[in-house]
Amino acid sequence: MKHLKSVNQKAGRVERATEPPDVVALQRTGLPQTQPHFPIGCSLVFSPGWEADRTGGTAGLCQPVERDLFDCHIGCYWPAQVPDQLNHAPDWTAKCAAAQKDWRKIDLIFP
Amino acid sequence: MTLRPFESLRVAPSEVEGRHAQGHPEQRRGVTAWVAREHHRFEAAGKPYVYLVPSAAIFALDETADAVLRTVSQRPHTRDELSAAIGDQVEPGDVDATLAELARVRAIGELHAAAQPQPKVIPLAPFPLTTMVLNVTNQCNLSCEYCYEYGEDKIVDTENGKQPKFMSEETARESVDFMLRESGANKVAHVTFFGGETLLNFPVLKNTIAYARRRAAEVGKEVDFSLTTNATLLKPEIIEFLADERVGVTISIDGPKEVQDKFRVFHNGTGSYDIVAPKIKELLKRHRSRPIGARVTLTSGAMNVKRIYQHLTEEIGFWEVGFAPVTTSPNRKHAISESGYDEMLGQFRDLAYDFLEASVANRHHGFSNVKETLEELHKGVSKAFPCGAGLGLLGVATDGDVALCHRFAGSDAHKFGTVRDGIDREAQHAFLQSHHIANKTDCSVCWARPLCSGGCYHEAHTRYGETTRPNLHYCEWIRGWTDVCLRVYGELSERNPAFLAQFDREEADAEKVS
Repeated sequence: MKHLKSVNQKAGRVERATEPPDVVALQRTGLPQTQPHFPIGCSLVFSPGWEADRTGGTAGLCQPVERDLFDCHIGCYWPAQVPDQLNHAPDWTAKCAAAQKDWRKIDLIFP
Repeated sequence: MTLRPFESLRVAPSEVEGRHAQGHPEQRRGVTAWVAREHHRFEAAGKPYVYLVPSAAIFALDETADAVLRTVSQRPHTRDELSAAIGDQVEPGDVDATLAELARVRAIGELHAAAQPQPKVIPLAPFPLTTMVLNVTNQCNLSCEYCYEYGEDKIVDTENGKQPKFMSEETARESVDFMLRESGANKVAHVTFFGGETLLNFPVLKNTIAYARRRAAEVGKEVDFSLTTNATLLKPEIIEFLADERVGVTISIDGPKEVQDKFRVFHNGTGSYDIVAPKIKELLKRHRSRPIGARVTLTSGAMNVKRIYQHLTEEIGFWEVGFAPVTTSPNRKHAISESGYDEMLGQFRDLAYDFLEASVANRHHGFSNVKETLEELHKGVSKAFPCGAGLGLLGVATDGDVALCHRFAGSDAHKFGTVRDGIDREAQHAFLQSHHIANKTDCSVCWARPLCSGGCYHEAHTRYGETTRPNLHYCEWIRGWTDVCLRVYGELSERNPAFLAQFDREEADAEKVS
């Protein structure tokens, strides 16, 4: 800290306890970690750009755009929340055997 | 990573309640307004410091931090208002960084942020016993008018009560066994002999020390002994014994002859100074194995703290002197009045500054009150209970009843079991539940509560008839004295930090007994 200087033992403890965590992502710093480090899902999954293919459309992507649904469903929360398949909507994808073909069969879920 | 306070969560005014329920106009538009949290600002060595409550952390402030804290202490400010108010005094960009740092240590907070919950944590049982105060007798050869044990404010009838007048050797041994049992993982157990006049029961004291050393060795522990005495019964063989056995000695004495003889008198009214002074000098000459301290009771008529200190250290030769205002009902003639507390504070302040100058020059100074408080400030003690009574410290009455502390020994209303049956954990838990600082609503707005925590149970019992009450009659004195000690602490941190390093050791010390 630049504007405050800890003077007694307790101030030192307060300073150490409130040390802002460093952003470490996937790197190994070799330093002892003060708290568990959870890398975010998307950074673990290699999903090469489905936004647009070389023609500017979506037909030529190496993965179908519908892959998005399942990527977010499994890996992270972007771009939309998906239903909780463990508890409330176990059959949400029952009619969707192949996302590329059947994605229209996935319906909205109302809690 | 830098925290950006002005980007922190916005709280809609409709969702919050509190003192500023109407909201700061900016806050209503979703901009954070900052307010000061509980703190006490003080200056030392010409620099500003802050003591934070309830953490008891002490931080030195630079000019910007001081300006920010002082400004938000007056009324809530948004970041922009703050920049407008003090922008000309600080570097651009410093306001944000300073807000972040002050918020990080909770010197300031967002206006409408929910109050930090302050949990009421009761220590886990069994809490190890650190200090056992053994009342080896409830009899005394003096009749000091102000005495809490015999005077008008006494709790237990020691003349016609149920307790024996002297503790038997058997009870003393049972107490030692109890102490060793209850000391848990502590390697060192502290035993303090107390009275009455402790030395009236010297034979039991002597045998108990031998027994305790033997028993402690068997279970792989050590016992540290100390006693408090009025010095009237000191004689060469007793002095020899205390020195050889390294027994810590505290002498109850009020000062020079005219002060001592005012209240510390024999049953026939004769003053005790002429009897005790030569005996104390003899003790100080022979007993060099441990520092010997004087413990002074201040009364309405004996308030010349500096003179008393000078007499007891320079003329008698005590290593340390501790002062305590008399515990009494307010209507007694020796009770200290409100203006008396002011006067006492002034004298304590003078002596504390003598202590400071001596400590800066690495010279010893024996004003023990200031040293004890400095240690607590250094560690950042924030107490849930005012002292260790009922936790790490217990008193034992002459019949082996265990009590909250020595001042309540023998009182059935403050009993925590017996040395034979052990600590009554239910009574202990109930006591801790009802005496936690969280119960003392008066204290919840006081910045000195981390150190005071409502003050002495016995004082409260004498003043208000209840141990649960905070001692509101000396709040101003406590805050004044804490402020003095904070200034001395700040000066030392600047001028001789090595002095404070002595407090860095961690081991559990004996509780102070007075």
